[in-house]
Parts: sequence; C-alpha cells; structure tokens
Amino acid sequence: MRFGHGLTAPLIAPLLAAGCAAGGPAIPLPVTPLGEGAYVFYGAQQETSAANQGAIANVGFVIGDRCVAVIDTGGSPLEGARLRAAVRAVTERPVCAVINTHMHPDHVYGNSAFAADEPQFIGHEHLAAALAARRLSYARALQRELGEAGRDAQLLMPTRAVATGRPFALDLGGRTLILRAWRTAHTDNDLTVYDGRTGTLWAGDLLFAGRIPALDGSVTGWLAVMDDIDAINPRQIIPGHGPSNDWRGAMDAQRRYLRALADGTRAAIRAHHPIGQAMQEVAGSEQGRWLLFDGYHRRNIAAAYAELEWEE
Amino acid sequence: MTANDPIRLAAALLVAALASLPARSQETETDIWHKVREAQFAGRSFEPVADQVITIEAPNRAEDAAVVPILIHAVQPQQPQRWIRKIYLVIDKNPSPLGAVFTLTPDSGRADIETRIRIEDYSWVRAIAETQDGKLYMAMKFVKASGGCSAAAGKDMEAAMARLGRMKFRTDGGVQLDQPNLAELMISHPNVSGLAMDQVTRLYAPPRFVRTVQVSYAGKPVMNADVDFTISENPNFRFYFLPHADGDLKVEVVDSNNATFETSVAIRRGLAAGS
Repeated sequence: MRFGHGLTAPLIAPLLAAGCAAGGPAIPLPVTPLGEGAYVFYGAQQETSAANQGAIANVGFVIGDRCVAVIDTGGSPLEGARLRAAVRAVTERPVCAVINTHMHPDHVYGNSAFAADEPQFIGHEHLAAALAARRLSYARALQRELGEAGRDAQLLMPTRAVATGRPFALDLGGRTLILRAWRTAHTDNDLTVYDGRTGTLWAGDLLFAGRIPALDGSVTGWLAVMDDIDAINPRQIIPGHGPSNDWRGAMDAQRRYLRALADGTRAAIRAHHPIGQAMQEVAGSEQGRWLLFDGYHRRNIAAAYAELEWEE
Repeated sequence: MTANDPIRLAAALLVAALASLPARSQETETDIWHKVREAQFAGRSFEPVADQVITIEAPNRAEDAAVVPILIHAVQPQQPQRWIRKIYLVIDKNPSPLGAVFTLTPDSGRADIETRIRIEDYSWVRAIAETQDGKLYMAMKFVKASGGCSAAAGKDMEAAMARLGRMKFRTDGGVQLDQPNLAELMISHPNVSGLAMDQVTRLYAPPRFVRTVQVSYAGKPVMNADVDFTISENPNFRFYFLPHADGDLKVEVVDSNNATFETSVAIRRGLAAGS
C-alpha cells in the first residue's frame, strides 16, 4: 500500500533494539509529518507478529509550545520506545500527556516506554476497567504473538479519565487538544482527539481505512458516532488503521460495511437463524473489499448478533 | 446441584494446570479429562461407539472465544423405552471444565441442545450423553479459541446490567402436537465469571452468572440445565419439547446471587408462541 514505508525498517530494527525498551537507543519510528508540529506513524495492515513487533496501528504525537501529547503508543514496549525516539528526534519538549484512544493492545502496549516522562495517561472513563478485565488475556496473547519480547510487557493504566459527553481540553501551551469520550461504538471506551490548529481529528479505531473494521462494542452505536464525527466537520481524519489520504472514502466504506453487517444480521435474527448460521451468511458481499476480512468478519457477525437480538 | 462440587474441584485442578504453559496437543486423553472423569464418572466405562447416540458441532477455530456456538445433537428421538437423561458438557481447558449438565426427559422429544459457550484456550469440547440405562456416550470436538473466559467482561456492561433478568422465550414457528417442537430461550444476563480480576488495580466485575434453568411443559420437566459462566453472556438455549395438548411452557432461571427470573408462553396447537 502507499504508506508501506512503515514496514521495511521495523522488520529488522526490533531485533537490534530488543533489549532497549527501558531507555536505550531505540531506532525512531519512521513518522510522517502532518505539518504544524504533528506527526503520524502508519502501522502495517497486518496482524501482530514477531516480525512487526505489534506496529500495526497508527500512532503519533502533537507538539505544543510547552509540551508534547502522544496519541496511542503501539503494540509493544519496543514500538513505544521507538515512538518516543521519534518524538525526541524532532523536539526537546517534554511529553506531558499520553492519550489512549481505546483499550486494544496495538494502541496501549507502548505506554510503558513513556513512564519515565511522568506524563498524564489519559483515556475514556471506561478504559481502566476495560484494561483491567482483559489484562491477563492480553498478556498471554502478546506473549503468543511476540514470543520473548512480549513476556514482560507492562500495561500502564490511565491516570486521568475523560467522561462521556464532557469534552476535555488538553493545553499543550499555545495549542489545545479537545478529547471526547464516546458512547459504546468500536469499543465501550473510544476517545477521539481533535487538534484545532490543523483541523485534524485523530479517530483511533472509530475509523478503519482498508482494513476491515473490528466490532468490539456496538454496531448501532458505532454508526451513530460516525454521524457525530461528521458533525465535527474535521478538515482531516487520521484513522486508527490505514492511510489518511482518502479518509472520506474510508468513512463511506466503513458506513457501508457496518450497515450491511447490521441489516444482514437483523434479517438472520428475524428469520430465526441461529448465530452459527448467521456467521456463514451475513454481508458476504463485503468479501474482497477489505484487508484481513477472514480474520474478523465472522466474529463481527457474532458480536452484532449478540447485540441486535436484544434490540427492541 | 450435582454439578457444583465437581466443578469446584475440577476448577482448582485446572487453575493449577494453567499455571504451566498450555499444551497445544490434540491428545484426547488429557490430564484434566482424567480428573473430571474421576470426579464425575468414577468407575464407569464409556461405550466404544457413540456416533449413533450423540454428536457435537462447533467451529474448528472460534472467531470470538467468548461466543462459540455449539450444537449437541441426539441422533435418536427421545422415546419412552430409550432416552437420554443427562448431557454433560466438558471443556478441558476452561477454568471450570464441567460447564453444564443438562437433564432431559421423554417429554423433551429430542435431546438436542444448542447454545453458546466461552472457551479459554485451545481445547477439546466434550458432550457426554447418559442414557436411561446408565450407559455413557461421548462425542468431542477440538476447538481453537483463546481468552473467552478471562476477558469475560461484556462489550457494553452498562446496557447488560440494565437489562439483567429479562427473557425472550418462543417456539420456532407453529406448534405441532405429538412431535418435538423447537423452542428458543434467551436470557439477558452478563454471566460474569469473576475470573478477570486485575492484580494491580483490583478492578474487576464480581462473579454473577446463571446457575440453573428449569423448563417445564404442562407441569412436567422438559429440560433442566445446571450451568455456570462457561455459557456466554446473555445465555441462549435452543431445545425441544413434546406437547400432547395445549399448555404452558414455563421457565425458571436462578443466578449465582439467588435472583430468580420466570416467564412462560401459552402453547396453542398450530400457532407460533413467543414472549
């Protein structure tokens, strides 16, 4: 894909830097400047593996006059260290905030690399409970996927919670980020970051581009939150996965997918098809339109079915 | 009920087993199976061929380990002279390996059970049928799934708690007398395992799950289930009942807090029924 430059370096670099996550000379992530002191690293459109060290989500940072806010930290302590090195390569200003857009491992496992900066760790008011409930299975999965490098990974918890419906203004000195906590959508702890200086909305996994959306919350809630995001009318959206150059097209495609998922699942429920049968038959027209489709589509149906069978 | 103590014993044994690295082998004679077998079926033998009595369907690989659809299928209908009286559901690698015991009668019509379960690690899933003469038949399926129990917190916990105890109960189409009819029972309940406690923050959802489901038709038992958090959030059961005349299909559900939920539907010949 167009943004594949993020891939080649990480293939080898993690091994070189493997023992260095605690502050050694990690190799900076190859970040892309968005202008005005904002940078993004586009993760690989892959599953987490030892080869990519969990660097599969988009992560980045925004620099203010006083300090820096990091937006998601990646899928391993090593990726976090490399993101921190990327910050250090462009500014001396301290990291005062580490923001997690939601609970998923590919967005939070780099948090520990920033512990020495003593930032605020900021997330949705439901983030702490969500991480606590999944800590053991996330730790096991990381070890299974990364091997030795995943063994001692720490999952740092948020120190500041943003309440749903009460946007939080984060002042970086001459630059304010607006953090919004959303109702249940992709997960029950989604949070977006709006950078007014550039009109950029960091959507986290409320937007997938190219990669199939993964439903771990509410399909109806997600569709509704997408409408609310439209109402913000951002100049640009940085998706949680995939390129940002055609974010409007990505919003359209995601809406189409989620609607097909919801409508098809409702039809299966109305026809009294059990969940296992629905998982074979819903929204098959979406096959071939998404990366990693086979890894997520059927479980999306299971999640939608479990939600919609209780719909009024 | 009968399932409690073996569940606790087996749970303790399995927690110890999980502390070592989980084996990925598809060896059927696992240590935990031997322990469950000793606790639940001590001194009893299994019939060598089971596939004319019971089969089990489950995905090879579960997309969502917290919602794994399974179908336990009884090959023969329930008949007065030969019927399945119990079905045990065992998931070797789960924290509570004996996850469900279903008690059935000739009035069940068919001893099929379809439900959704959580699976903690790559595991054999076993359905053991005990016929009216005390013989044991086992069907099994290896399922690749991971993390279904320890990440048991719901996707939307607030919505789940607000709806706790609501039920939907219905037949699948018009009811035919004197033959097995399919019924579906949906219970809105988070079915929280309590296993997801966090060592650092102490934040966790306390255990609360459905323990028993008792279904009767016209006053006679049709299907009883002794279950635990092995069953997925919002427990869902599809099973059969055999009506000989119009009557009421009733269900009583009790959870681990001893909260009781009841509902019933009036069954009228030729009509679909639902609540």
